[in-house]
This record gives sequence, structure tokens and C-alpha cells, in this order.
Amino acid sequence: MEAKTLFDKIWDAHVVKKVEGGPNVLYIDRHLIHEVTSPVAFLGLKNRGLKVFRPDKTTATPDHNVPTQEQHLSIKDELSRNQVEKLKQNCAEHGIVYHDLQSEGHGIVHIIGPEMGLTQPGMTIVCGDSHTSTHGAFGAIAFGIGTSEVEMVFASQCIMQPKPKKMRITVNGELEKGVTAKDIALYIISKISTSGGTGHFIEYAGSAITELSMEGRMTLCNLSIESGARGGMIAPDETTFAYVKGRQFAPKGEEWESALAKWKELKTDEGALFDTEYVFDAADIEPMITYGTNPGMGVGVTQSIPTSEGMEGTDKTTYIKSLQYMGYHEGDPMKGKTVDYVFLGSCTNGRIEDFRAFAEFVKGKQKAPGVDAWLVPGSKRVENQIREEGLTEILEAAGFELRQPGCSACLAMNEDKIPEGKYAVSTTNRNFEGRQGPGSRTLLASPLTAAAAAVTGVVTDPREML
Amino acid sequence: MLYAPCPWQKITKMAYDKFSVINTPAVPLPIENVDTDQIIPARFLKAVERKGFGDNLFRDWRYEKDGTPKADFPLNNTKYSGKILVGGKNFGSGSSREHAAWAIYDYGFRVVVSSFFADIFKGNALNNGLLPVVVTPEFLQKIFDAIEKEATTTFEVDLEKQTFTITATGESTEFEINPYKKHCLQNGLDDIDYLVAMKDEIAAFEAP
Repeated sequence: MEAKTLFDKIWDAHVVKKVEGGPNVLYIDRHLIHEVTSPVAFLGLKNRGLKVFRPDKTTATPDHNVPTQEQHLSIKDELSRNQVEKLKQNCAEHGIVYHDLQSEGHGIVHIIGPEMGLTQPGMTIVCGDSHTSTHGAFGAIAFGIGTSEVEMVFASQCIMQPKPKKMRITVNGELEKGVTAKDIALYIISKISTSGGTGHFIEYAGSAITELSMEGRMTLCNLSIESGARGGMIAPDETTFAYVKGRQFAPKGEEWESALAKWKELKTDEGALFDTEYVFDAADIEPMITYGTNPGMGVGVTQSIPTSEGMEGTDKTTYIKSLQYMGYHEGDPMKGKTVDYVFLGSCTNGRIEDFRAFAEFVKGKQKAPGVDAWLVPGSKRVENQIREEGLTEILEAAGFELRQPGCSACLAMNEDKIPEGKYAVSTTNRNFEGRQGPGSRTLLASPLTAAAAAVTGVVTDPREML
Repeated sequence: MLYAPCPWQKITKMAYDKFSVINTPAVPLPIENVDTDQIIPARFLKAVERKGFGDNLFRDWRYEKDGTPKADFPLNNTKYSGKILVGGKNFGSGSSREHAAWAIYDYGFRVVVSSFFADIFKGNALNNGLLPVVVTPEFLQKIFDAIEKEATTTFEVDLEKQTFTITATGESTEFEINPYKKHCLQNGLDDIDYLVAMKDEIAAFEAP
């Protein structure tokens, strides 16, 4: 039998039909929806006189627009409120489970899926959000789709997709203390660029990857899209099974046993071919920080901003434009750069492990006086767990306060916006111009590097303070 | 014809114009990694209907905070016009927001040319009657040079022949497009009727 990759096995098992000279009709096991990319799709259904084909495979929550303070009050911004209300109405009309603000199931869509056990190995999972790649951490094929495709899934539980190419990224060895999954991701993107993964689906492998917790794996897979790849995945193993077991929608009893038997087959066969392969050494990775306006513009925190020497044409003009926006100069060291804001949260780093790491780091220290820090749990369950574990007290003693769940300042669609010209060390996924608010300047980093910046007020190597 | 008329062609709506041949000037945007947050910032994604996104296309590059147009941005430069947008490599990187494709289409563009597109953007464009044309980096430079030499110079995009031509010099290049998607664009079709017509097949696939 032909040796297959993990990706091939799952993809091929979900092809309903191959359109001649065209894409595959791919069956979708799980459809997650939020308020921003769904309303036009619902409207499309209505215009065609259709209902959602498989509402039981669809789960909804509002996350992009929601405030992270005083969620019991009505959303102030009229357009945001309208979009959230529209989602609620549409879900009621089509019989879709909707997790409202403040309910136990509320949170960022990519945080609540895994938490509830909706995300399982071997599944196909889509959402109108590019960070759907997060769910690949469970050995699922998960990727972001546009609104036309959301409408396709509503109408038929399928989408039309050409099969992407396959890439394997292997990270061997052991990570140094203070280096996290976020740093692996930013390191990879700095090496292969924000377009290096385009046209591909990534499988992450190697000892540094299998050693990661599920939270770490989710962070890594979440950032696959920032390399241009549609998604990234990790073969499920005992870490995965232990995480899924017992969750609300995980299979139970005999069903669990039979699911487990199938999941154990989900790995790349020996000799299976990838279109592209990269191998990295974990020992080369230090805590990363970005200095520019795309996630590929990152360096180790002890490094300096690269020079434009050797660049030409639009490469060079784009690079210069980017540094101008950041207010940085070629050759500047990153350590010691001023930090005005610190943001812990988002679908990239808004899980319990991220809050544990941040809290442990700042324990017994104090937030720097010039820094505004926003700590936003990824979900209500994360928020509850933070409280149950007593992390709130540690954070408060160090001068930090906790907000309520949502996408918050990751994309500045809600009330949380970094002001113009200010520097934010952010545990999010994109440092694009204006991403965190018009004129805002983002430095992407891990929760540990963010914590170090929060207590020092400048870009700091967290390893020096561990 | 590969996709002869079949039952799924009972079109319930025409989401976009049929595409055949266009010959127009082009607007240059010689910047790399133009991301979807620049094409349309998140704060303009709050509509629940698909209209008016063109007004906020490239909002923060195009306007000052007070709404005054920035004179040096190509869309504000009256010497440029046309239905073709020419961008640097890795155009459309970032989020899955289809609003990016809607905004470009709504502004009046029908073609985006680059040497490289981000996957999701490319798919979204094709689903909305906006033709993404991939050319070599060298040809892309020729296009930028031609516009710089003569801002009103025109380009011909022929979907049937899959060619992009610099009209003045006759220099031409072929571009790739999936035959199925080409058929959809030429006929103003989308995938949903096709999928809905497959419901029995899909239900059979679901059966354990």
C-alpha cells in the first residue's frame, strides 16, 4: 500500500467527490462560527431559501466584537452590538447552539472548541477565521475559510477545495528554559517567511514538538497561517488523548475505545512523501520578538534589527516602510526598547497554561509603572480556572488585573485598542500596521517575554529573570 | 465544453458580473505583503450585509485620521485609473476576511495582479468574481515599469485565453487558473448551487 501522510489520510477520508478538473468536495465534521464572517453567509442562505443543512455540526459564539469589561451591560458600539445580536438571531432561526457572553461556554471560538471536546483527532474543522489552524494541534485538518465558503458549509456541510501540497517541519532537540511554543512558531516564520508555507498544509514533527503540551501545540498550529500555510497539524498521541478524554463532547465508554483505536492510526507512514521539508534544531531557538510589520520580521530577543543591505526594489522599500512605521532603525538592538502596553490573550496565547506562565513569572514582582497591561482570558472556562487556581491573587498582588474573555486587542475590532504610536508587546498573532488599533505598534512575543516586558517596561530577555 | 449546462446551473442569484476580456489602465501598489488588515481594517468589518466596503478599501493608507485623502497614495492619485490593481508579492496575506475581496471588487477592480497571492485571499477573490492573476516577478516589474512610464497605459486580460498583455508593447504572459473556477467566473456562477444539488450524495457519504 502507498505510504500516506497524516494529512492525506484525513483528507482522503473526507472527499465526497472529486470535481473533474476542479477542486474536491470536502466533507466538514465541525463548523465553528462567530459574528463577523457569518451574517452575509446567513443572508445568502435566506436569499436562496435554504436552511442550515447540519446545524448539529455547527457551534457559535461571539468573540471579535465583544467588550472585555462589564459584559453584563449591553455592547456600547451600535454596529458591534448589531453584529452580535444578528448571530444570536440567526442561530435561533437555524437551531444552532450559541454560547452567549458570560455563559460557561463563551470565549474565543478556537479556545472553546478544544475545551468542550468538539475538536477531535481525524476531523475536518473549518471556521470563517484564519486561526482555525489552531485545531490542527489535535491531529485534525483545520483551516480558515471565507464567507462564501461559510455559506457552502451551511448549505451542504461541504466545501470545494483543491488539495494543498504537504510540508513537514521537524524541530529536533530540547527547548531551553524560557523558550516556548510561541518562540518555535516565530522562529520558523522568521526563517521561512510569511509566504513560505503558502499552498501547503504543514505537519509539525520532532522531539521538540512532541514534548509540547496541548496548549503549546495549539499555539504553534495557530500560527501556521502566519507562514502562509492554510493550516498545521501534529499527529495525535497520548498527550492528545489525555486532553480530549472526559470532555463534554468527547466520545464516552465503548465509543471512546473505538475512537481511540482509530486515532492511534493517525500518523504519517514511514516513507510517505512531502512536497517540502524543513528541519530545525530546538537549541538554536531563543525567546523571539518581532520588530516589523509582519510576523516573519522576528529575531531572538538578544539580537538586533537586521539591515537592508543586499535588499533591492520593492523588497527594500517595503522593509524601510515597515521600520519607519515602527519608529525603529536598522541595526538597533531589541533589548531595552520601550514598551507602553502588554497584552496577554488571544486565540494564540489565551489558554490556562499561558496565564500560569505569566503569573508564575510576575509572582513577587511588580508591574512597571509606565506599562498598561491587559490580561484577557481566551474563554470563560479559562477565566474560571484562573480564579480557581488562585492566579488572580498573584496577578493582583503584582499590579495586574484580569479582564473578561474575547479577542480584545488582538484585532482592535472591539473597545480594546492600542493608541497611535504606542508600543505593545503582545502575545497575539499579527503585527500588521494598525492591527491593534490605528497607528499602534505591535511586538509579538511569548507570554514569558510579555511578562518580562510588563515588569521592566522595556523589551527584556525573560531567561535573565527566571 | 467541460462543464456543460447541468441542473446546478439554475442560478438563484448573480453575485458578480461574468468575466470575459477587459482592457483598462491599472493602479500600481508596489508594496510587498499587502495584508488583509491594510486592505480593510477590522473595525470596518461590522456590517451584516455585503455592501459599501469599497469606501474603506485601504482605509488607513488612503486617508488621514480626519478623513482627508493622502495625496501620495496611488488610489488618490488622479493619474491612475482602471479595473486592474497591481500589487507586490504575497498580496492578501493575513486573515480569512472575505471583506478584503469584497472591498476590492466594490471599489471597481476586477483583476488583481501579483507575483504571489496568499491562499485564502486568492480563493475568496475567485469566489467573488475578482480575478487573481499570478505573473512572474520579472513580468510584474515590467507592468510596474509600464505604468511608471505612462500612467494611462492599458493592459488586456483575456480569461478565455488566460493571457495578460501590456497593450502598448504587445508583451504577453499566460496565467494559470483552475478550469472549474474559470468556468464559474465566465458564467457568473458560484459553488453553492452545485453543492446543494449534491445533497443526496452528501447524505449517503454521512451514513455510517
